[in-house]
Amino acid sequence: MSRALSLAVAAKARKPWRKDSVLPGFPLALGITLTWLSLIFLLPLSALLLRPWELGLSGFWTVVTDPRVIAALRISFGAAALAATINAGLGLLIAWVLSRYAFPGRRFVDALVDLPFALPTAVAGIALTAIYAPNGPLGAPLAELGIRIAYTPLGILLALIFVGLPFVVRTVQPVLEDLDREVEEAARTLGATPRQTAWRVVLPALAPALLTGVGLAFARAAGEYGSVIFIAGNMPLRSEIAPLLIVIKLEQFDYAGAAAVGLAMLALSFTGLLLLNSLQGALARRGRA
Amino acid sequence: MSLVIENVAKTFGDHAALDGVSLEARQGEFLALLGPSGSGKTTLLRVLAGLERPDQGTVRFGGEDLLTMDARARRIGMVFQHYALFRHMSVAQNIAFGLEVRPASTRPSRTQISARVESLLALVQLEGLGGRYPAQLSGGQRQRVALARALAIEPRMLLLDEPFGALDAKVRRDLRGWLRRIHDETGLTTIFVTHDQEEALDLADRVAILRNGRLEQVDTPQRIYEAPASAFVFDFVGEGVQLPGDVADGMLIVEGWRTPAPADAAPGPVMMSFRGVDTDLLPPHAEGLPARKISVLQRGGSSRATCEVGGRTLVLEVPQSLAGLGFEVRVAPRTYLLHPR
Repeated sequence: MSRALSLAVAAKARKPWRKDSVLPGFPLALGITLTWLSLIFLLPLSALLLRPWELGLSGFWTVVTDPRVIAALRISFGAAALAATINAGLGLLIAWVLSRYAFPGRRFVDALVDLPFALPTAVAGIALTAIYAPNGPLGAPLAELGIRIAYTPLGILLALIFVGLPFVVRTVQPVLEDLDREVEEAARTLGATPRQTAWRVVLPALAPALLTGVGLAFARAAGEYGSVIFIAGNMPLRSEIAPLLIVIKLEQFDYAGAAAVGLAMLALSFTGLLLLNSLQGALARRGRA
Repeated sequence: MSLVIENVAKTFGDHAALDGVSLEARQGEFLALLGPSGSGKTTLLRVLAGLERPDQGTVRFGGEDLLTMDARARRIGMVFQHYALFRHMSVAQNIAFGLEVRPASTRPSRTQISARVESLLALVQLEGLGGRYPAQLSGGQRQRVALARALAIEPRMLLLDEPFGALDAKVRRDLRGWLRRIHDETGLTTIFVTHDQEEALDLADRVAILRNGRLEQVDTPQRIYEAPASAFVFDFVGEGVQLPGDVADGMLIVEGWRTPAPADAAPGPVMMSFRGVDTDLLPPHAEGLPARKISVLQRGGSSRATCEVGGRTLVLEVPQSLAGLGFEVRVAPRTYLLHPR
């Protein structure tokens, strides 16, 4: 008995990274996880990491510093960041309305939020273009005011807001619904105005979920292709996104060049997500011990 | 400043949570709202805090009409059942919150706020824990942070919703005495909600017993225990037995036992209530209620017998000499209460 126990203790001491878990089959689970990740994740990624170097370091550098590539990267990531920021506010508002108010048709609106997930992005792009084109139902009056949306960077932003919105709503909404109403009431009895309660009590509690949602919306928008190409107009240096540039390079059989742009996108996305995730982690750790 | 509640009613859907409650609390009084769950006690507390608007009635505090004031302006400290601490704020930030949110003209300076936080931490015996987060505290400590946070705004009245509900028995007993001391030190009118009769009777100056949104009795703990106004109150505040009986021709008849009725007893069907501590165990041929002795437990110098009387269970003390009695016994209450049935 005591021998078995000391063996178990010794086994635990040998594997300090392994925590006791209620789920059985740790070696099997870990094995499947790693195999799966390798097959569908690491393998394609490593191909992407290896391919550009066929050009050599200077060749790679020439590709990614090409003004057209830099402009495309700037548009993709700039518009993605802006769209994610706008979605932070918009998504928060929608999540708030959906979780705090009961109004007729709430369930319908709630289901509507998921639509950008389900809709083929090309369909969304074509629909947005039809509406916002200079002869479209919304585009025509806007054109009279001198605002052009379709075939401009503004159109790209619009498409990216559309595809990113559900990420923010769906990450914030459950947290908002779980938020203890007593906490808001406590703030009220302590003399806080509704605005102070929202800023100092509710928003900090939502911040980790909101950041996660913004991160997802940003990542999705940075890589978005289908919905954007129809509405963007795709003018080099002006409204051409990086994923389109990759496709163009592929069509010209410039595989290494396409991979080089892909690698640059990967690096930028990874840096952005790493920053957001560490911020999110710091916020979530606060007060959790 | 005294609190005067008059004829307050509140309905949720078709459920009357409060059904015409009138109650007064004197300045500095420690009042318990006692009742089973769903009796309306928490609703009443929320009406006082301004978190619930009653359908009718008035609430005046020191001559001021509370119902016209927003919860924010009432300066009434509330401690919530699950504490409702701000999880992303440290203990010190939680306590300072009520001062930080004041408009700039009345907000104390930074140094004044931190001095106030320190003195409150000392009051609730949490010195040195100001930098911790709520998740790093035990239940009892969180409870005290919630109290310190409520006291920080220098409230005119303190409300506590089931203050010891989520704590284990030992912590509960410690905090009980401690809360009474805080109340006596601050001199605040304090109203607390509980479903635990022992807690209410131990702690409060007066106890208000609620049932289905109505007040059954408001009295000192001693009066509540000794002279419960209804069979419900009797049943709620202590271990005892209630048996149906009848009063006729000056006699009380319960379970076939006839005994002279009290002089003021009105004839008719009654409910007789008595407690085990007021009851004697007697041999089978004596005068008393027929009972069956189910078990005897030796404890210290005396024995406690569990008996069945009229289908109810009664626990009573038995002198050593009678511990040997058989299965069939009699029990006779020395004092009992009669309420109309």
